[in-house]
Order: sequence, then C-alpha cells, then structure tokens
Amino acid sequence: MARISLKNLRHSYRPVPSAESDWALKRFEMTFPDGSANALLGPSGCGKTTLLNVISGLLKPSEGSVWFDDRDVTLLPPDARQIAQVFQFPVVYDTMSVYDNLAFPLRNRGVAGNEVDRRVREIAEMLDLGDMLDRKASGLTADGKQKISLGRGLVRSDVNVIMFDEPLTVIDPELKWRLRSKLKELHRRLGITMIYVTHDQTEALTFADSVVVMNDGQVVQAGTPVDLFERPQHTFVGHFIGSPGMNLLPATFDGGVARFAGHALRLGANPATVPAGAELQIGVRPEFVSFAGSGIPVSIEKVADAGRFRVVETRHGEFSIRLLVGEDMPLPSESAFLQFDAAFTYLYADGWRQGGEPG
Amino acid sequence: MSGRTPNQKAWWLVMPVVLLVAFNAVIPLMTVVNYSVQETFGDNQFFFEGVTWFEQILHSSRFHDALERQLLFTAIVLAIEVPLGVAIALAMPRSGAWSSVCLVLMAMPLLIPWNVVGAMWNIFALPDIGLLGHSLNALGFDYNFTRQPLAAWSTLVAMDVWHWTSLVVLLAYAGLSAIPTAFYQAAKIDGASAWAVFCYIQLPKMKRVLMIAVLLRFMDSFMIYTEAIVLTGGGPGNSTSLLSIDLVKIALGQFDLGPAAAMSLIYFLIILLLSWVFYAVMTRDEAQS
Repeated sequence: MARISLKNLRHSYRPVPSAESDWALKRFEMTFPDGSANALLGPSGCGKTTLLNVISGLLKPSEGSVWFDDRDVTLLPPDARQIAQVFQFPVVYDTMSVYDNLAFPLRNRGVAGNEVDRRVREIAEMLDLGDMLDRKASGLTADGKQKISLGRGLVRSDVNVIMFDEPLTVIDPELKWRLRSKLKELHRRLGITMIYVTHDQTEALTFADSVVVMNDGQVVQAGTPVDLFERPQHTFVGHFIGSPGMNLLPATFDGGVARFAGHALRLGANPATVPAGAELQIGVRPEFVSFAGSGIPVSIEKVADAGRFRVVETRHGEFSIRLLVGEDMPLPSESAFLQFDAAFTYLYADGWRQGGEPG
Repeated sequence: MSGRTPNQKAWWLVMPVVLLVAFNAVIPLMTVVNYSVQETFGDNQFFFEGVTWFEQILHSSRFHDALERQLLFTAIVLAIEVPLGVAIALAMPRSGAWSSVCLVLMAMPLLIPWNVVGAMWNIFALPDIGLLGHSLNALGFDYNFTRQPLAAWSTLVAMDVWHWTSLVVLLAYAGLSAIPTAFYQAAKIDGASAWAVFCYIQLPKMKRVLMIAVLLRFMDSFMIYTEAIVLTGGGPGNSTSLLSIDLVKIALGQFDLGPAAAMSLIYFLIILLLSWVFYAVMTRDEAQS
C-alpha cells in the first residue's frame, strides 16, 4: 500500500511535442492518499488511460515524476512497482486453471508453495471463485474472468495500488452492479489504494471517495462526489456529471454584479473581478432552480417524468433552462418565474469557476 | 392443401455448380477409380481385375519405400518449418515501416512459380557452377547432390524450408498480431518471463492459426512434386523418389494405368486419414472445455 504522488507530470505520444494539443496529458500535480478509493472520470480520449499507464509504469511520462510514498518510481518497469491492473477486456491465461491463474504472479516471484496455496485459496474465497479453482479459466463467463484478473492482483501481499481500466465494459448490466459492490467491499476490507478509470459517472461516483474529472488531457477537478455536484470547478464538470447536466447561460459582469439577460443574480462565490474578454456564463444545476412568484420569467416547454421527480424544460427568450420539480408539486399554469438558489449559482469565465470557495 | 404445384425451376440455378464440381472433381476421381480396377494393354482395351492392383501396391516394397521416404520428408520439413516460422514471426517488428518490409520479403518465396523454385535451386546447388555447390566444394566439403543421396536430401529439405517457411511465418504473424496489448501488459505486471509469455499467451493464442499452418504444410509437403522433380528428378537412384514422383513414374513412365490409379487412391486416403488425425488431435482440448 502506498501514497501515490504525481509531480509536474506531462505526457505526449509525439517525440517532439510543439502545439499544446500535442500533449495527451497536460501538466498537473496530484496525490492519491494511501488506502484511498479514487476514480478517473472523463469521456473517451480525455487522457485517463494514459494517466493510468503512467502510474502503472507501462508508459514513461515525457516530463515529471511518479512517486510511491517517498520513492521515485518514474523509471521503474511495472513489475518492479508492485502494482496490479485490471484491464477493460478480461485477461486470463486460457490454458491454465483458475487456481494456476491466481498462483501465476506469486510463482513468478518465487513465493513458496504452501504460501501460494494459502493466498490463492483465501483470495478465491473472497472473490467467490472457491468452487471453480479446478476449472479451466477459458471456460468462465466475462465477469468470472474479470474476477480472476482482479484476483491476480489481490493475491500479492505487497501490492501498492490496484488500477482498473474501465473494468465493467464487457460485463452484463445486472452483474455490473454486483461486481461493483464487490470491489467496494474489497476496498473496505483490504484498504488497498485503488484507482478506477471510467467514463460512467455512476460507476465513478459510487465507487470512489475522490473523483478526478478529466477532459482533453487536462484535470478539470478533483474532489468528493459532493464537491463535483455542488461546486463544479469547470462547466465541463457541470454538464458531464449530473443528469440532466448544469444549466449554462450567457452572463455579463460589471460593478460586482452578475446578470443573465438583464436579471441580476446572487452567486455562491462572488469574484472581485473577472478576466477581461473572457466568455462569461452562469451555471446552476437543475436541482437548484425552482419556480417562484417573481424572478426570471419563462414559458414551460416540456415536462419529462423521471419517477420521483419531473424534469421541466423552460424557455426564457432563446435560452432554455431546465429544473427538477418534485412529483407532487403543482406546475404553474401561466406566467411562471424562476429563482436560482444563490448558494449553488456560479459565474464561469472561459469555463472556469470564478470567485473563491463559498461560505 | 395448398393447391400449388412445386416449382422445380430452381434446379437450373444449381446446375452450373453441379456441372463444375462434376467435371473438375467427381468425374476425374471416378475415372481413377475406374482405372484402378482394370488392366489395359493399350488400344483402349480394358479387362476387369477387381482389387488386384490394390493388393499388389500394398504389398510392394517399392511403394513401402516411397511411403517411408515421403513420411520422413514431411516429418523433417514440418519439424523445421513450424518452429522456425514461429521464431521468425516472433522476431518480426509488430508495427511500423519495417513490419511491412518484413512481410513483403517473407511473401516473396511464396510468389515464385514452383518449377522456377526447383530450377533456381538446381542451378544454385550445382557442384561445378552453382553458388551453393561451388562454395561448399571450395570450402572443402565433398558435395554433389546429383550423386550423393544425403546431399540430395539436404538440398531438397533446404529448398522446401526456403520456399514454405514464409507461409508459417505469415500465419503465425497474423495470430500474434491478433493478441490484444492488455495481455502483454498484464503479463508484465504479473512478472512473467519472456518464456512464460510465449508459453501461456502467445502459443495458446496462435494455436488455431498454427493448426491451419501444420495442416497446410502437411498436405502440401506430402504431395510435393514440381520442385522435387525439377531439382533431383527422384534421384540419385530412387533416393528422393517421393510418393508423387514414384506415382508419375508408374503412370506415365511405365504407363501402368491400373496400378498407378490404385496407388493414387491409396495415396489420397493416406492424406485424408493423416489430416483427420492431425485435426482431431489438435482440436481435442477445445472439445473438452
């Protein structure tokens, strides 16, 4: 187990990167505390797998260093880093039995026979593979195979970190949920540092204590699921996380007052100034918008029932604003007005949130 | 009761294929079957002989010798070409410009007409003027493939290895390219040695293409004719008279149509049987799991 620190990290797949867009991973710093459950969340091609491979040692970063506790491991190969990785497609050694698959990493490291047996049986029990040890690994279903890949990481007592690269992609939906709670349980039980890469926000938010949101090779926000929901650092976090995503409305800012279409709005965090010439936007999640007696006049366009609540799409001029309304709350029939919850309304300049932490 | 008469016109659509198969496979094969039970003295006079030719062939030491030579030849070329082909495929670059260069170089021997391969090696190996033969003799080896059976065999095997290892390389290379990189990454993380990666990842994943490679090389080497007849003509003596060469000698040299036909059928059945055995052995594991 280890704390993982990334210092001044940057990576490009090109030998001589010139333009900013040549960097698959833009410069950043980050620390994953010992024993934490982390998720890297972002759309395909955002650099999350690159980051994972840099940590595991499958890729040497162009710049910067990777530290496990107080040890610089940047130049170490994967097997010297004592890490485990579960890939998108289950990797099992087809010709071996489940038992031999689990024993493989230990035997390669010269662990004594009885110790191998003890560890393999213990981990197999933990993963509910106990009664399949003698079967050929190639005959198992996708989720069984994925458990073996995970098991090959868990059997090693010296593992610093286990990494998951979209491990549930090929698993059937109903088994996904079970495998995910298994992972969560194993994390609680073993306390190993885990890093989980996914593009699925539900997976990330339910698995991790800390979620790193990435977009276009850049870390846009790292924080708890609540942080990401209540205080999005970037408009990308606002619309990528949450369903439906954040309302983003064009805004102006002068004299310390933010306005949307002429309506002054109170903000959760008040910036003193904003960068000149930046594109300004007001961001507020549908959860923090409500109907009121006065405010921004809108017309109701569409109502979608989502079970416990309804998603109401309203329109003010050319701008559409969505809000969530409880299932038994009446909708205003005509002349509706919207109010934004000031504590969760933010001003964004070129995508980045303005003003300090609310409070 | 549909009240309809079945439309039989569809049979006409099948006719071209039926005719094609009949003329290029069924009729020639049946002609051979016909010859194999008859005796002829030319002049298109035939006498029914029953299974006499089959008994004669199966008991003839000439056939036994040719069959032994054939089995030995096939065993040697398979034992060399399959491991060598896999080794070359493993050593080839997996991507980039060099991989294309290697693939083109590898495909080259396969594109040369078979009789040209035989002629090339014949000239190459000639003891007086051939590059190989002359060099070997200049180095002090007494090498003459037209007179020494061992030299003839070595040259024949070398030619087949040169001509056909590429096929195994290309198939093995295709099998290797189909292995996802995650397997190599996982093996690296598991601390597997290069040998373990070969045994537990590369070899099992190549199994299917290697099976095809072994089957193709078995059948082709068992039926080798063109290159061998051009290179050694079956000699010196009968030392390189493989089954097909011997068969042509009987059929066209001695014009013994009956025995030659019986021998072709036996030859055909041996290939069929051995191919089936290969296939059954190699797919046995998959059937179990």
